[in-house]
Amino acid sequence: MIGGSCTSLGAGADSLTVFLGQTYNCTIVPNAEHAARLPGDTLAEDATTELVDEVQARAQQDLRSAATLDALERWRISYLGRGGELTLVLRSLGSLAPEARRDVGAAANKAKAVLEEGLADRRGEIEDAADASSADEEAIDVTLPGRPAPRGGLHPTTRMVREICDAFVSMGFDVVEGPEVEWDSYNFEALNIPRDHPARDMWNSLWVDYADDTGHRPMLLRTHTSPMQARIMEKTRPPVRVVVPGKCYRYEATDATHEWHFYQVEGLAVDEGITFADLKGTLYEFARRIFGQERRIRFRCDYFPFVEPGVDMSIDCFKCDGGGCRICGGTGWIEIMGAGMVHPNVLEGVGYDPDVYTGFAFGMGPERIAMLKHGIDDIRLFYSNDLRFLRQF
Amino acid sequence: MLVPLSLLRKYVPVSLSPAELAHALTMAGTEIGEVSEVGADWDRDKVLVGRVLSVDPHPNADRLTLPTVDLGGGETKRVVCGAPNVAAGQKIAFAHEGARLYSYRSGRVEPLKAAKIRGVVSAGMVCSALELGLGEDHEGILVLDDDAPAGTPLVDVLGDAVLDAEVTPNRPDCLSVLGVAHEVAAITGETVIEPDLSYPEDGGPIEDRVKIEIADPDLCGRYTASLVEGVTVGPSPKWLRDALERLGQRPINNIVDVTNFVMMEYGQPLHAFDLDTIEDSTVVIRTARSDESLATLDDETRTLRPPMLVIADPSRAIALAGVIGGADTAVTEGTTSILIESASFDAINTRKTASGLRISSEAAYRFERGIRADLAPLALRRATKLILEVAGGTAARGIMDVHPGRGPAPVVSISRRRIRQSLGVDLGMDEVERVLGSLGFERDDASASSSDDELAMKVPYWRADIAIEDDLVEEVARIVGYDNIPTTMLSTPVPHHEPDPLRRTRETLRDLLAAAGMQEVISYSLTDSATLDAVRAADDGPEPIAIANPMSSEMQVLRTSLRGSALRTLAANLRVSRGDGLRLFEIGSVYLAKDEAKERDLPEERQMAVGVLAGPRGDVSWLVEQGGMDFFDAKGVLESVSDGLGVELEYEPSSDPVMRPGRTARLTCAGKPVGVVGEVDRDVLGRFDVDEGVAMFELDVEALYGAIGNETAGFSGVSRFPESERDFALLVDETVPSARIRKIIGQHKLVVRAAPFDVYSGEGVPAGKKSIAYRVAFQSPSGTLTTAEVDRAQGDLLRRLGREVGAELRG
Repeated sequence: MIGGSCTSLGAGADSLTVFLGQTYNCTIVPNAEHAARLPGDTLAEDATTELVDEVQARAQQDLRSAATLDALERWRISYLGRGGELTLVLRSLGSLAPEARRDVGAAANKAKAVLEEGLADRRGEIEDAADASSADEEAIDVTLPGRPAPRGGLHPTTRMVREICDAFVSMGFDVVEGPEVEWDSYNFEALNIPRDHPARDMWNSLWVDYADDTGHRPMLLRTHTSPMQARIMEKTRPPVRVVVPGKCYRYEATDATHEWHFYQVEGLAVDEGITFADLKGTLYEFARRIFGQERRIRFRCDYFPFVEPGVDMSIDCFKCDGGGCRICGGTGWIEIMGAGMVHPNVLEGVGYDPDVYTGFAFGMGPERIAMLKHGIDDIRLFYSNDLRFLRQF
Repeated sequence: MLVPLSLLRKYVPVSLSPAELAHALTMAGTEIGEVSEVGADWDRDKVLVGRVLSVDPHPNADRLTLPTVDLGGGETKRVVCGAPNVAAGQKIAFAHEGARLYSYRSGRVEPLKAAKIRGVVSAGMVCSALELGLGEDHEGILVLDDDAPAGTPLVDVLGDAVLDAEVTPNRPDCLSVLGVAHEVAAITGETVIEPDLSYPEDGGPIEDRVKIEIADPDLCGRYTASLVEGVTVGPSPKWLRDALERLGQRPINNIVDVTNFVMMEYGQPLHAFDLDTIEDSTVVIRTARSDESLATLDDETRTLRPPMLVIADPSRAIALAGVIGGADTAVTEGTTSILIESASFDAINTRKTASGLRISSEAAYRFERGIRADLAPLALRRATKLILEVAGGTAARGIMDVHPGRGPAPVVSISRRRIRQSLGVDLGMDEVERVLGSLGFERDDASASSSDDELAMKVPYWRADIAIEDDLVEEVARIVGYDNIPTTMLSTPVPHHEPDPLRRTRETLRDLLAAAGMQEVISYSLTDSATLDAVRAADDGPEPIAIANPMSSEMQVLRTSLRGSALRTLAANLRVSRGDGLRLFEIGSVYLAKDEAKERDLPEERQMAVGVLAGPRGDVSWLVEQGGMDFFDAKGVLESVSDGLGVELEYEPSSDPVMRPGRTARLTCAGKPVGVVGEVDRDVLGRFDVDEGVAMFELDVEALYGAIGNETAGFSGVSRFPESERDFALLVDETVPSARIRKIIGQHKLVVRAAPFDVYSGEGVPAGKKSIAYRVAFQSPSGTLTTAEVDRAQGDLLRRLGREVGAELRG
């Protein structure tokens, strides 16, 4: 029942019709009963090649005027359907003389192929046109905002602290943290800053409201992350290589470049054979990672009681490459941290032999580095938590 | 410390420009903050020294005159002048047409234009101090010292650059012009010219005139004094007044000006007493008696107490040693005999005294930094010499020098080995000796420790900061320059590290919260009690830790909760958010005093996370309806976070004094409490001026970490067989928590997922009941489930739900 299944499929489903039309070499079985009821019955007339040509020409003309898929289907039925004109020509071949049958049959089969191909092409055209017009209807304004998803973000200090720590972690430093409420003994005395030493003026402190019997206040909010130097060395033997990020506090009037509440990242490396040259190399590498590979560094003498020698490190200005601009105050150089070789008194205080072990320490303000990198002109923006500021990062 | 270049040049030749000098000093450790140049605008050929030859009256104006000015080389100019003090014979500052001067009228520096004043052409101008930018005086012209030849560019006579040195606490020697001169000498290779200290000692022996006793040698290591009789107290000569003004000091009278000048010259504070006011001409240096009082030079009466150190005569304190002088013994116009003090006082005691009495003085500032006792007699002789020059009189023979505690000059050694060990560079000892020599150190040939690779060096008299070998290493490094030290990478072994897993969890939590749409904030750790009270229950933990010296009333105590600052931050941002939704979080420490003996233990610093959500769920959008955020928005964030951490949080109805009853859940993880989530109580919000709903959560990061542990997640196989989904609606009592139903469903061995997708009560549902619709996915690890098997599993589930929570299948 191949023919039967062929026709029953051909009756309705467009896609299958196309499929059949293109690839199925359907054997047409004459069916008198059906044929008798179909319109355009031309059996009375003998089929000729001229007739085939005429039918083909008419069909091709009609095909061009079929504008919809429905019209196309009607066209298909009238020419290629079971009672279609060309189908009837083919059916009538049996009644022809063998020679005429061969000529007319060849012409009819050729015409059929041409019409089927024309049908497929026309169908494609009509469908493309339909797609195009429906695309117009479904078009959206792609410039309208998308369906909002909440946007979160990290505080610029968090980002900067991570960036700084990551740079040192890649050089073999570990990240440790320590208490913000600290003993005077760690914050100052272990760092070679005895009580009533004028160097204490460098770190005005916020004291916790407890006093011992002598009226001395032993507890304060740490003024730097440096007390962790002593805490770490007390707990471990060399080698030591750590960075310490964390909050610090100073009793200080605030302005565009001073905040009483800020972060620091402290660094410490102690072992046999660590020198100032290593300090230079480590901080040079750090500066290049944070501010760019082409950066240069410069050290000048500075004083911190817990290092000797003590220095201040500058980088050449990344905005003007050292030519002098607003960011670097016209000097071409920007100070970014204090550093130095750990003072022998500090090493002795934690039981390290300063004749054997040497090391370097450094400390920097992540806010200051973020300010430099982003061109932020007021440190007070960091902890006033205005989202219009925070969301920019 | 202001360092005028004009003064510095008297002690050391300076060929560097002011900017170069400032840079060199900064690199060597004396940071120069600012260089203010005097006369930088004065054109060398247009602003000159002139001599007034004659002064003629102006034909058309009584107040104007016509001085004729000699500009040297035979050139003279006649100008119109309005100053009352112009007179023939004066040396003055003359400006040609085109000279850039400060204009009193425009308030700017602008070129001088030729002018015809009341019919007479003025060929230039005789300048006032104001026009030259030297001061405020515009009434009269500036009269110069007579020694400058007419025609000299004014900048060569009056030009100067003042360096503002920010001196670190270890370098009191650089609080003096001579100290800075020694630095300059070391940097440039020049030699310092020490001031002349000799003067005629025409009077009788000083021992016959005054008695000095140090009663407390621990606090006064040396006391020197000189005596000058027959002085005339009055204004200082111009050079001294000018010098003091450029040093930032106010001239007072010639005696006091000399003591101040020499303090600025040597860094040694001095004091001058009117000897006639000192009883028995006897000075005792002793600690103050309790409640002893002293009227000080600043017109205050101070109540003293031990161990403040005073200078006293036999009956009373006459000065606060090293801090401030007394009013009764001060030098006045009628003073004729002066006792000049130059002493060495204990640094710490001076600091305690000055800060205890809240006095800040140049003297105390220097003493508290530690001054070498060797300076005292030098500065004393210098001051005596200058007083004789500017105030006349006769100096007594000799000086008093009481020095109970003074030892030999310190000697410190430096070795080649230590330089290599500390700096990582091998320097020849010849080079080291040369560098240290330039700083005034001298090789101590007597020392046994000197060798080819080690040098014993005598510390110069002005340096108080050199005690150990590394101090000398720094001296060498800073003069050689840090650029000349090699740059190497660390080559020592990387230590064994134990990473801190709590920190890692906390940072992951930070990332997850940000990824869930929350913006991180960081707020001050200090707050006020009212803010904390607003967010805590009466019995909620220890009292906050107070700060003894708070900077403001809002920053009095350490926070015991992050909630207050979170709500405050939220409120501040709501005011400017233009109706956008806000989702904020903070992760930080709270500070909890330990109950027992809080003085003996540092507080616990507990790491907490807090989140607040308020306002519409989405930003203003044409797509999304603007629902206000509520409990489930906060919970959604927590679910996303717990999923990211790989932990299961359980939510149980709970109460919290800050949260709305019935809309609050306690969070547990592995049975341990880890936080709370809920909607904030409206009264609480009112206290923060927030008038819209706020959902808040709080997580105890350490408890959460403790519940997670540090285990690596195990792997369970992924089934390759298809899932079968079933939807069914259950009728249960309203009080049955959905989590309980879900838990029961989840316990079935074939259930792989279950989620409620509809909750309904109302029409069609009996009163007191609710309908919860679940979508449940069944799957077997060992085969495709048949319809019958799924039916059976669903039936099991429904029976169990019926039994345990009274659930019925809704028809």
